[in-house]
Amino acid sequence: MKTTGPSSKKRLLSGNEAIALGAWEAGVRYAAAYPGTPSTEIMPALAQYAGVRAEWAANEKVALDAAVGASFAGARALAAMKHVGVNVASDSLMTLSYTGVGAGLVLVSADDPGAFSSQNEQDNRHYARFGKFPCLEPADSQEAKDFTVAAFEVSETFDTPVMLRSTTRLSHSKSAVEVKMPTASREPGLLPPFERKPRKYVMIPAHARLRHPKIEARLQALAEYAETYPLNQVEWGDKRVGVISGGVAYQYAREVFEGFSFLKLGMSYPLPAGMIRDFAAEVDTLVIVEELDPFIEEQVRALGLGVVGKQFFPLTGELSLARVREGAIKAGLPVQDQSQVAGSRSQSQGEKPETLQLETLKPSIPPRPPALCPGCPHRSVYFNLRKRKMLVAGDIGCYAIGVLPPFEEMDMLISMGASIGMAHGAGQAGCPDKIVATIGDSTFFHSGLPELANTIYNRGVACTMILDNGTTAMTGGQDNPATGVTLQGESTQVIDIESVVRAMGVEDLWVVDALDVKGVETAIREATAIEDRPTVIIVNGECVFTPQFRRRPVVEVDPEVCNGCGFCFRVGCPAILKSEEIGEKTKRPKAQIDPLLCTGCTVCLQVCPREAIHQTSEEEA
Amino acid sequence: MKQDINFLFVGVGGQGILTASDITAEVGLEAGYDAKKSEVHGFSQRGGVVESHVRWGEAVAAPLSEKGTVDYLVATELLEAARWIDWLRLGGAILINNQRILPMSVTVGDAVYPPDGDVLTVVHAHTEDVTVIEGLATAERLGNPRLANTVLLGALSTRLDVPPETWLSVVERRVPPKYVDLNREAFRDGRNAVGMV
Repeated sequence: MKTTGPSSKKRLLSGNEAIALGAWEAGVRYAAAYPGTPSTEIMPALAQYAGVRAEWAANEKVALDAAVGASFAGARALAAMKHVGVNVASDSLMTLSYTGVGAGLVLVSADDPGAFSSQNEQDNRHYARFGKFPCLEPADSQEAKDFTVAAFEVSETFDTPVMLRSTTRLSHSKSAVEVKMPTASREPGLLPPFERKPRKYVMIPAHARLRHPKIEARLQALAEYAETYPLNQVEWGDKRVGVISGGVAYQYAREVFEGFSFLKLGMSYPLPAGMIRDFAAEVDTLVIVEELDPFIEEQVRALGLGVVGKQFFPLTGELSLARVREGAIKAGLPVQDQSQVAGSRSQSQGEKPETLQLETLKPSIPPRPPALCPGCPHRSVYFNLRKRKMLVAGDIGCYAIGVLPPFEEMDMLISMGASIGMAHGAGQAGCPDKIVATIGDSTFFHSGLPELANTIYNRGVACTMILDNGTTAMTGGQDNPATGVTLQGESTQVIDIESVVRAMGVEDLWVVDALDVKGVETAIREATAIEDRPTVIIVNGECVFTPQFRRRPVVEVDPEVCNGCGFCFRVGCPAILKSEEIGEKTKRPKAQIDPLLCTGCTVCLQVCPREAIHQTSEEEA
Repeated sequence: MKQDINFLFVGVGGQGILTASDITAEVGLEAGYDAKKSEVHGFSQRGGVVESHVRWGEAVAAPLSEKGTVDYLVATELLEAARWIDWLRLGGAILINNQRILPMSVTVGDAVYPPDGDVLTVVHAHTEDVTVIEGLATAERLGNPRLANTVLLGALSTRLDVPPETWLSVVERRVPPKYVDLNREAFRDGRNAVGMV
């Protein structure tokens, strides 16, 4: 380990923490994001630094727009979002490429190869080519910090937005970063007066036409710059194989192709054509290892070079050591077989490398699908929607779990805010089923507002259920316009959803308590009985992870009364377990409740047809 | 030249896997290794399987190790020990917290949680180096079920050439001050459980 001076120390940071640190070191004054896995942790980390205004924006486009304003005003600015969030922001992004920046502006796109927590696994490097701006791809946390600083420099040197592309594996991995302790606190005063440049910042058609040639010239200049850019590096080794790679893919390649030559691209767009040609000329076989699309590969092939690429490495899903190794072996490249690796390791431990038929020995291992938490306010909603056999247009949030057993009560889900529009369109087109859109509070403010306005304006008839659980739950509980607290911890105006919906002119509005199972059912029944105008149901109930959530006395099953009908299992609560006792008549296991998991929400108590479940005491648990 | 060591922590969302793996990665760094840690977050976390990789080495490249190359598999739950056993290299060490957490597929469906014996048979087919620890029972005796992972880390620490004080100093940094003494005790109990002080 390298020794470090007293002013700096190696610390384990996640990619997201490192990006935040880099942004702070680069002197960012304004930053905004909408929470989205795997990008979420960047903004809270940045909010801790003095001299930075960090905010949760209502959606990704707003986050980018605010960063654009800050940049035009002369402050370095950063916007962070997940890959699909860039789609939301892309309207501004494509024209931001034309205007260029004032002070440096960096857009962090955190992609999700493998779709661990996303609705797709799109490859956002294409945005860089589409929008004609540079894309930097760090490969570990140290680079995440360093490249963030570098991105601001490139942004200002070339008057361009810069995309810093992370992936789940970078954002959520921790590795060592040289951290210099801040020496002085930063207290930014006011910026200098705004410098008016309407031909640059006001994109009316006449100005846009003038900007376009400048953007083409900028891209050419960037491509030339890339040839000597220090973030693109050649590491010579055995020249039988030369690997071009970048981002986390480089780390897998580095292990699998140990000892061979590498061209590591820190900037994956625009590419250094000369550097690639020179590298290719020196090696026998040119290999490209990249996650998802053949983004580098297609450009390298366009240079007339033959490569080993996506014909051997997977186009879909996250890469791994095994998948890169498998591709290399299929391509006939001289890399070590994994079984040899494992074998040599066990031999070094003095054991025989035997192969085992584990699959035959393995008992069948039940899957562990995600479930709504005990006490989750969404439970009564999906229980009742299923009971009433509704067609459900879902949205992005924890409530997507409504599609899984035991509810299996979601029929469409595509993107943030889309539930309301999909429900509307299906109804307008003549779908005979009763359709309900379900959308969370944060998602409603993200993009549900225009969708609901559209339903009302177009005389739609769908029922919209707004599930207000007081937080942005799925990403870990971030504040939003309905919670009354900012990312900096200030108290702020609570935007009351009921008032908003009423102000839009919805008169058929129900406000119900999520833990009142009958109340939720009545609201659904009454709202969906109305067939000639839009209706809205607001379901209030706190997420169990919010600070305001209060546990109530736990409930328990009376085994004398329970007959094993299994009805309570249909609420899908992880706290309700199958007991060893079997119901005499039903021949099925009775229910029992894990008191450690139960929050006392009483949803199971309310649905039990035999009143076999009761609360343990009236006192606070 | 430091030899590479691969760890894999597996369990169920909410069991504190991420903290345990964070601590292990930090201990590696303190002990002079390069270290990386990688985990899965988000939708996949709600009540689902959680996996977190830690790698120590001279210069660690990939943040995830490869199936069949894990040296220490730490399972905070019994079923997960069986699910992930293929990741262990033949003859690698597995530490299992003797706790069963029923998945929803078992509580509401027809899936069956395999008997302890079946789980251990699979594990033993892969390695002789199996340690089953009463982490939860020990933690409950100390008065807080969340200490179970510290018990496991105590047991794990006996297998590595890093002084226990290094582990404890990292544990202390990571837990709230009022829980420091309890965590020390849990760590020591973990070491005692495998016959080391």
